[in-house]
Amino acid sequence: MAWTSVCCQYDGTFAGFLTCVFDCYANREEPVEFRTPDDLCCSLYPLRTVVSDPERAGRVYRSLPKLGREGRRLAVRGFLTCLPDKELWLWRLLRLGYARGPGFTQDLTDPTVDKVRKAVLQLNSEAHKYTGFVRFSLLDGILAGEIEPKNQVLPLLRPHFSGRYPQERFVLCDRTHREALFHQPGRWAIVPVEEFHLGRPGEEELAFRAMWRQFYDTIAIRERENPRCRMTHMPKRYWAMMTEFREDWDSALPELPRRTAP
Amino acid sequence: MELMDKLNILADAAKYDAACTSSGLDRAGRPGTIGSTTFAGCCHTFSADGRCVSLLKVLMTNVCVYDCQYCVNRRSNDPPRAAFTPRELCELTMGFYRRNYIEGLFLSSAVLVSPDYTTERMIETLRLLREEYRFGGYIHAKAIPGADPLLTRRLGLLADRLSVNIELPSAKSLSLLAPDKKKEAILAPMGQIRDGIAASRQELRVYRHAPRFAPAGQSTQMIVGATGESDRQILSLTQGLYDKYRLKRVFYSAYIPSVSGPDLPAPQGFQPPLLREHRLYQADWLLRYYHFRAEELLDEERPDLDPRMDPKCTWALRHLEFFPVEVNRADYEALLRVPGVGVRSARRILTARRVGPLTFEGLKRLGVVLKRAQYFLTCSGRAPRGLKISQDGLLRHLIALEAPALAQPMPEQLSLFDPPPAGPAG
Ligand code: SF4
Repeated sequence: MAWTSVCCQYDGTFAGFLTCVFDCYANREEPVEFRTPDDLCCSLYPLRTVVSDPERAGRVYRSLPKLGREGRRLAVRGFLTCLPDKELWLWRLLRLGYARGPGFTQDLTDPTVDKVRKAVLQLNSEAHKYTGFVRFSLLDGILAGEIEPKNQVLPLLRPHFSGRYPQERFVLCDRTHREALFHQPGRWAIVPVEEFHLGRPGEEELAFRAMWRQFYDTIAIRERENPRCRMTHMPKRYWAMMTEFREDWDSALPELPRRTAP
Repeated sequence: MELMDKLNILADAAKYDAACTSSGLDRAGRPGTIGSTTFAGCCHTFSADGRCVSLLKVLMTNVCVYDCQYCVNRRSNDPPRAAFTPRELCELTMGFYRRNYIEGLFLSSAVLVSPDYTTERMIETLRLLREEYRFGGYIHAKAIPGADPLLTRRLGLLADRLSVNIELPSAKSLSLLAPDKKKEAILAPMGQIRDGIAASRQELRVYRHAPRFAPAGQSTQMIVGATGESDRQILSLTQGLYDKYRLKRVFYSAYIPSVSGPDLPAPQGFQPPLLREHRLYQADWLLRYYHFRAEELLDEERPDLDPRMDPKCTWALRHLEFFPVEVNRADYEALLRVPGVGVRSARRILTARRVGPLTFEGLKRLGVVLKRAQYFLTCSGRAPRGLKISQDGLLRHLIALEAPALAQPMPEQLSLFDPPPAGPAG
């Protein structure tokens, strides 16, 4: 008998999503839509409100190795991507994986594998770009930076920056998803934040910003100027948070137009 | 002199060096230190000329006892001169590194007093960085030809990558334009570094804590277009450097007149050969990742790369007997020879066809550029439907595909091409 089509309403967390997966399997229901508290409108399908439950989520999570290493990676990272209807795609991916076993990820031309894999590639590539494009300011002994990524890159950036600055206290704020990574020697956490303001830069901070901008301008070879090439490698959307493009950062504190999270 | 002014002078003097990569070494950060490196390297920004900026690239000093004609810092020229103290350079590097502006330091130098003296200053800087500042980020250092091999060795124990610039593509050009530099004096440290790297690898296998000598390998660069060598000469030299000296990279830098000299091209109206440099990089890519040899790409009758098309297309058109390649059976090497198939898509083809035979539709999903590849492939014996084209037409077609990129003031650096498996900073 065909599974009943339903719309799952959940809290938008990974644990919540995994709880949905558990319930849908248990009740033999096929989710055709997922909604989070941020989505407003109504649905044509019977609504299932799923409350995130560590027990059921844990059971699904522990079953992920059945998808193989690559399959598990796609499922976990897939949830961090900005793929539209990512929950639906991941639901399909899970069903495919449970049915076919670890080798299913080799089927690169399968529409579901293809879709999720490309979204994860994009996530990885955005995270890789940010390992370079993040700019910290040293404010009162704490390194502080902000980013506006499309995907949820903080969990991917965490091991990189914690490994790189083991002795530093730093905070990196993701303004798109309103969360921040806090790190101090031996400890770290990624937590939701509502408001985030950088403090006033001191003399030394201003001097370093100025020297960096000077270096950046000097290193370009005039005879080779190539704005298009620069844009391909470093699209404009990154520039707003980069010291070398913020003349005002030499004197003022970085106060950027607030953007509301999606 | 203010630090800002020194930075200005010594970054400006270093900017013509093409290498700014931080690749070739994975080193995790350790408690009590600061810094790490990643194998793929990392670009921290892109300058207005579209080049990746990964390292703080500066000269220790631009005061020089030599007189290379093409160089602004030559003895007979009169630019503003400056020198960093080791301490200043350390503070600058650490300040930039903590703020995540850079991946590390690229330290080069003009020859102050003597090669030995210069190298000692560089060693002192790197020693401070590593020992006192506990810096674990990337360091690329230039070995100075003519320095005592013991000093070069110490430099290599502190740096991750060493390079010796071969400067010009032939000994003749070298003696003409850089009379103080001898081919032998350049090749000697190159050989020493190669042997040092090999020995260090060997020791590390036996003893995990053996000192590491230039663990990210060695590179070099040469100026293209200041002298008359053909692409064939340049590529054979490159091939030889990869074979004999086990270099990680050879960089090419299109000559840009910054000073005038009797044996240099006249600066008036001189166009830096950027397209040529681009084609050389593409050909270099083929040597390093696509299992091509220099002699396959160019020969006596055709000593220069075709400016209209990438070298892989040119090769394919001259070897139509090699095609079509059958996607579902061909081995990795054969797939790599197909225009429009890169290293990554070739690997994906191998993976995906284990599940079932591939179609043209499927190839598109794998990232194969069908616009190019379709002329050279079959899927289970079939060519794409409706595709009939003469050899002549094919040439015109492939040229037309690149035309939009060439119509731009400058071709996009390397981005027409598949990125190497190692990532953006090769
Ligand atoms: S050695 Fe030659 S190339 Fe190097 S700085 Fe001196 S003059 Fe310039």
